[in-house]
Amino acid sequence: MSDGATPLPKPSSSVKLVLLGEAAVGKAPNMTQSSLVMRFVNNDFQDNKEPTIGAAFLTQKCTLPTRTIKFEIWDTAGQERFASLAPMYYRNAQAALVVYDITKPASLIKAQHWVAELQRQASPGIVIALVGNKLDLVASAGSDGEEVEGEDARGVPAAQARSYAEEEGLLFFETSAKTGERVAEVFTAIAGAIPETQLKGPRGGQRVEERRVE
Amino acid sequence: MATKGANGQAPKPTPSRQEPDESQSTDSTLPVGSEHSQDGSPGHNPGDRSPSDSPDEAPPPLPPRPRALDLGPFQYPCPTGPHSVAPGTPKAQTSSRPHLQSKATTALSITDVHTLSHGNDDQRDSPSARQINFPNLGFLTNCGASDGDADDNASIRSSVPVLETGGDLESMLGDMLPEQGTPFKSLAQGKGLWDENLFPLDPEFEEAFGQEFDELDDITSDGFNQAVVQQWRSKLKHFLILSSAGKPIWSRHGNDQLITSYVGVIQTLISFYQGASDMIKSFSAGEARFVVVSKGFINLVAISKLGESDQQLRGQLEALYMQILSTLTLPVMERMFKNRASIDLRRPLQGTETLLSALADGFSRGSPSTLLSALECLKLRKSHRAIMNNTLLKTRSEHLLYGLIVAGGRLVSVIRPRKHSLHPGDLHLIFNMLFEAGSVRAGEGENWIPLCLPGFNNTGYVYMYVSFVNLSNPGEALKERPPSSSSNSEGEVAILLISVNKESFFELRQMRDDLLVQFAKNGALDLIRSAIARGRPTCTDIVPGTALRHFLYKSRGNVQFVQPSFEPYFGTPLARRQLLTLYTHLHAALHAHPSRPKIYHSTTATHIALAWITPVFELYAIAPAGTQRAALAQAANRLIQYVRREEERVFIIGGAVF
Repeated sequence: MSDGATPLPKPSSSVKLVLLGEAAVGKAPNMTQSSLVMRFVNNDFQDNKEPTIGAAFLTQKCTLPTRTIKFEIWDTAGQERFASLAPMYYRNAQAALVVYDITKPASLIKAQHWVAELQRQASPGIVIALVGNKLDLVASAGSDGEEVEGEDARGVPAAQARSYAEEEGLLFFETSAKTGERVAEVFTAIAGAIPETQLKGPRGGQRVEERRVE
Repeated sequence: MATKGANGQAPKPTPSRQEPDESQSTDSTLPVGSEHSQDGSPGHNPGDRSPSDSPDEAPPPLPPRPRALDLGPFQYPCPTGPHSVAPGTPKAQTSSRPHLQSKATTALSITDVHTLSHGNDDQRDSPSARQINFPNLGFLTNCGASDGDADDNASIRSSVPVLETGGDLESMLGDMLPEQGTPFKSLAQGKGLWDENLFPLDPEFEEAFGQEFDELDDITSDGFNQAVVQQWRSKLKHFLILSSAGKPIWSRHGNDQLITSYVGVIQTLISFYQGASDMIKSFSAGEARFVVVSKGFINLVAISKLGESDQQLRGQLEALYMQILSTLTLPVMERMFKNRASIDLRRPLQGTETLLSALADGFSRGSPSTLLSALECLKLRKSHRAIMNNTLLKTRSEHLLYGLIVAGGRLVSVIRPRKHSLHPGDLHLIFNMLFEAGSVRAGEGENWIPLCLPGFNNTGYVYMYVSFVNLSNPGEALKERPPSSSSNSEGEVAILLISVNKESFFELRQMRDDLLVQFAKNGALDLIRSAIARGRPTCTDIVPGTALRHFLYKSRGNVQFVQPSFEPYFGTPLARRQLLTLYTHLHAALHAHPSRPKIYHSTTATHIALAWITPVFELYAIAPAGTQRAALAQAANRLIQYVRREEERVFIIGGAVF
């Protein structure tokens, strides 16, 4: 994005954040990432949402004790044919939210691919959060996300995802966009995890895409 | 309809200006009173006003048709007169039948006349017999068929002598227009003649249409699911897209499991003909029409019981094909197939099924825009539109290709480079995405969407910035976009900024901001808001006192159309579908028939309709049965005057270029 040309109103600081995940398939209301961001931005949930086409750009302020962060969020479509466009969205991003569906193991695998790609291609130092959504479908899960065996809806044990996240140095949450459970926490945690030094410019500097292998 | 009684005037819609050549045309008002008189002469019982009714008349360009058709001497005032016969002497002739016959060019029609008349006098088999001849097109015929016998008709008829307009006259175009049989049926049910039911009741169609958009039940794993198959088969319209290797790519109804065998059959047919280097284009099976369009690696199939012409169905398939190109671009798709002919295209198309389905459902619901291949504009004063155009031009950013403001699928303002025009098909895809499919997500104001506009360039993507505007609080982008549905999408206003540069999101976003600031200053948003609030005018707003219920006027030069409000007569989806089916037939009568008539009438028990084409425009209009042709013609002329007067308001002419 040729951001240089676009002076935005400058709140205390801006954070560019990209949402990635597996695209919804079919007509079922199973968009995970988009409903998550809707919940965060509008505090709303729509059950019957169609999958995103292209990418949506949203902004939302998040107030921390010491500062206010203005998130500039790219919610990408996640469809395979747009995979080649993804770099455009995560380039210069200071944070990424990689979403999977805790009822679908395959979606975690897709999420892991995104994490790998981000670690390879995105800005060094990007804060990545791994988020398992649809906690509401796993009714008896504890609020701490601990898995309770016997819940058939759950396809991904929390422990498995958590250990993966720890290995890779990711933040980890399980949320429900539907009920709003823990959604705000995710964003607050991300805001808190971004180093002060990253918060200078309105959009985190003009880094040109760097390739870097971690 | 007592009303029609005695005099018919057969008006001819004459376009005086456009078609000078027509002999009579001189004035719109041609009154044609004479006809009934003639009719009378032949000696049918006047009393019988049988269903015979008025045929469709085709004025000038067509060969004269026998006036005799109108049997009901008294009743049918309508039609015929003018047209026909001799140029020059229309009125003069009070001619009796003999004259008519002499003039008539087609023996066929004459015979018809006779039969009809006999039928009327004696028994009524003619109607039923005639119906048999007509192809079963969609719902129109169903009722006729259902009711059955001649005898019934007869009795009904005798008891209700006054009803005129029977459905069954044959038009010169004959089979183009299915007859709507059963005039009596609706009448017999106690509908007043002026009842606003413009279409015959047809519970069967109503039920089928009511379920048209329902999802099929899931197929259970245990064997055969007759019920589901039945549901599938009862759909009025199917679209199938398959690869040339026979792999299903998309279908509107039914999952793979269900459609596999059908896809196999279709594939076999297609490849059989392909083998003979003779592509299959269309065929009928029962009341379903099958149309096949082959596009290299892809075959598209439409199966319709809605009565569209082949040409119209092909247009719908072309639109679906454009949607696929819009997702993949042509070179990418070709490369995929060249690499592996058996590729499953569903994967790369993932996520766009809803766009295809929304397009398909638009066709099934009935879309004037697709039928006419034209766009509709929001009506604005010329000077108001100029304000918007100029603001767009003034705030235009460097990488902008097209800038558009759209209100609920109606174009408000456009700017474009001088050397590129906008393709209506491309805009249709965009409008479908934004206003029908609801694919641009609710809840936020801004989107960045890569898509290919095949009419503009089918080899690459452009990038579209979309922002829905909050009219009541223009300062900020709309945060909360209500879930899209066709009912409330009318009032949604979107700013679309299209660029070929994929990095220009922030640049275009800035342009949007500048534009909104300017719009707030110069009042453009208020103008848009009030234009939306005004809605489309009704027919009586345009032509006071007219019997017209609805019309479509397409300006051929501008590729745009005007229509009045669907309310109050066509408020329901069913009524709208029936209206569009009528338009579909009228359109086919003008475009698909070898004789290419310029004016075409259709009359049934419940409505009278007119189609009229000139180099400048196409006009389709409907009025309740009982409306005299003169009145219809006069209304048509008034409409044309209206459009001419308001041309720069209802259409965007030229648009702003840079």
